[in-house]
Amino acid sequence: MREITYAEAIREAMSQRMRADEDVFIMGEDIGIYGGAFGVTNGMLEEFGPERVRITPISEAAISGCAVGAAMMGMRPILEIQFSDFVVIAMDNIVNQAAKMRYMFGGKTKVPAVVRLPSGSGLGFAAQHSQSLEAWMTHIPGLIVVQPSNPYDAKGLMISAIKNDNPVLFFEHKLLYNEKGEVPEEEFEVPIGVADVKREGTDITVVATGIMVNRSLEAAEQLEKEGISVEVIDPRTLVPLDEKTIIESVKKTNRALVVYEAVQRGGYGAEIASMIGESEAFDYLDAPVSRLGGVATPIPYNPKLERAAVPQVEDIIAKVKTIMNL
Amino acid sequence: MIQITAEDKLQMLYDMLLIRRFEEKVESLYQQGRIHGTMHLCIGQEATAVGACFPLTKEDKITSTHRGHGHSIAKGTGVKGMMAELLGKETGYCKGKGGSMHIADLDVGNLGANGIVAAGLPIATGAALASKMKNLGYVVVSFFGDGATNEGAFHEALNLASIWKLPVIFFCENNLYGMSGSIKEMVNIKHLSERAKAYGIPGVTIDGNDVIKVAETTAEAVERARRGEGPTLIEAETYRWRGHSRSDARKYRTREEEKYWRNEKDPIRLFKNRLLEEKILTEETYDEMEKKVQDEIEEAVTFAEKSKEPSLDSLTEDIYA
Repeated sequence: MREITYAEAIREAMSQRMRADEDVFIMGEDIGIYGGAFGVTNGMLEEFGPERVRITPISEAAISGCAVGAAMMGMRPILEIQFSDFVVIAMDNIVNQAAKMRYMFGGKTKVPAVVRLPSGSGLGFAAQHSQSLEAWMTHIPGLIVVQPSNPYDAKGLMISAIKNDNPVLFFEHKLLYNEKGEVPEEEFEVPIGVADVKREGTDITVVATGIMVNRSLEAAEQLEKEGISVEVIDPRTLVPLDEKTIIESVKKTNRALVVYEAVQRGGYGAEIASMIGESEAFDYLDAPVSRLGGVATPIPYNPKLERAAVPQVEDIIAKVKTIMNL
Repeated sequence: MIQITAEDKLQMLYDMLLIRRFEEKVESLYQQGRIHGTMHLCIGQEATAVGACFPLTKEDKITSTHRGHGHSIAKGTGVKGMMAELLGKETGYCKGKGGSMHIADLDVGNLGANGIVAAGLPIATGAALASKMKNLGYVVVSFFGDGATNEGAFHEALNLASIWKLPVIFFCENNLYGMSGSIKEMVNIKHLSERAKAYGIPGVTIDGNDVIKVAETTAEAVERARRGEGPTLIEAETYRWRGHSRSDARKYRTREEEKYWRNEKDPIRLFKNRLLEEKILTEETYDEMEKKVQDEIEEAVTFAEKSKEPSLDSLTEDIYA
């Protein structure tokens, strides 16, 4: 199968949906000639024109609300927030408007909008351009939160997100944009709410999100050489969460570690860990469910410090060994 | 200039009266403990809602505010479903889950009241964008108060709607206070409509208690929007007779000021007198109208009280589509 990058996969999904459905359009800052801050929308203006590739002013409060209003009226907007950190300026529209419209209005409307959020650290952008804020969104009933870790899932989840009738927060990782992987050329869906076992193992279940899936897979490979068999699960969708796949895995391996880049305290990994602890998998546990998340600090600029702020492969290996009493 | 027939005028008066009696009934039901929570009454502001909705068709849309009962009624949302909503019943427009601040009725183009100040402006802008992109021909009137003009969303939405020439009318009901904050202390300009200049769109300040003036001004803005020439900012000066909400002791304004607006600027009395002068109305037909309004309100209360509460199962319904 041909290989494309994570950025190309997202672009292909959006373009295919735009060709198939005239209600789909994209809007955001610098998404035209510039191609967006990370080049994800490169060439889309040329193909679809300025009516459907709407370059907006730097007005997150207005463009997010504009997406909500357009979605209520039958459009399927895809809003690019240039860096996920800027979503805080759009929060009223996401939290108070998009998420609640349907419920507040007794089920009489829907808000089929996708909000794209380039997130995560590792590129030296420092504290206001490197955060992982997905846990904020998972707390809000009415929102769907997805976090693809590779090009295949990125394309399939984007297709599903665009077709979904709810507001979908689509967390992309900036470090993954140039990662290549096999992706079918035709349209396909990765269903919302279905986790993926990225690697099978028998000794411990590592539930990892976003780029931590890739780091956990790398850690698993190294740990295998030391005789530890790691199962790596990527929830892919945080809300709704595929609890069953995780629980079944933990029942099999008897150990669980949740790895995420966001600040460990109050992060979504805590939710996953609690869910495991409260499930039937509890009776199968040979060790406490553990978390490995980011340090509770703003993301620093210095590369060494930046690296130390979030879990790396060696941290995952060390944590697994601790849980295994090795 | 829009044509307003005698029949139209009588309907406008009826709608204004219906809004006032609805609000008075809601207030009394609250005082009796039959409605809970809070509400923001628009008594004294009936002309802005009715005047601004007059030039709209059923296909046109509005976004409303926390003080939104009048807008809903003026756009054609029925008082039965509204009263049921305020009583928290399943027959309410939001199945009893929205309450006063979230009444919406998409069937008549009412995209909903909103509990967040200025939140309706970007949403209206998006609804107008959909109209333009899908060539649907409808316009959107976004109601908001004077306080909203100091929110970033106001400025961002006006700019966005202006550069994209969207069919939206930004309708500011300047009732002089954002909760307790006098607008005079919150801005350093004379008229809020001056802000339109910054976004390259027309801005106009009018007497918001003159329903005909409101209708004519809005009609002009609607025509401009339909022609594809973009948004207009209308500032309609008015006054809310009651406090901001139920907890308001109104310490920030004088009783004299309230008296002036009640006695000299009551939009319903002014319009009634005008229709009497124009011989469109007589005291007799007015009394008949009043009776009809009362009946409609009583019918709404009966409907609401007889309606069922939502089932507990509905707690988690309609969160996701």
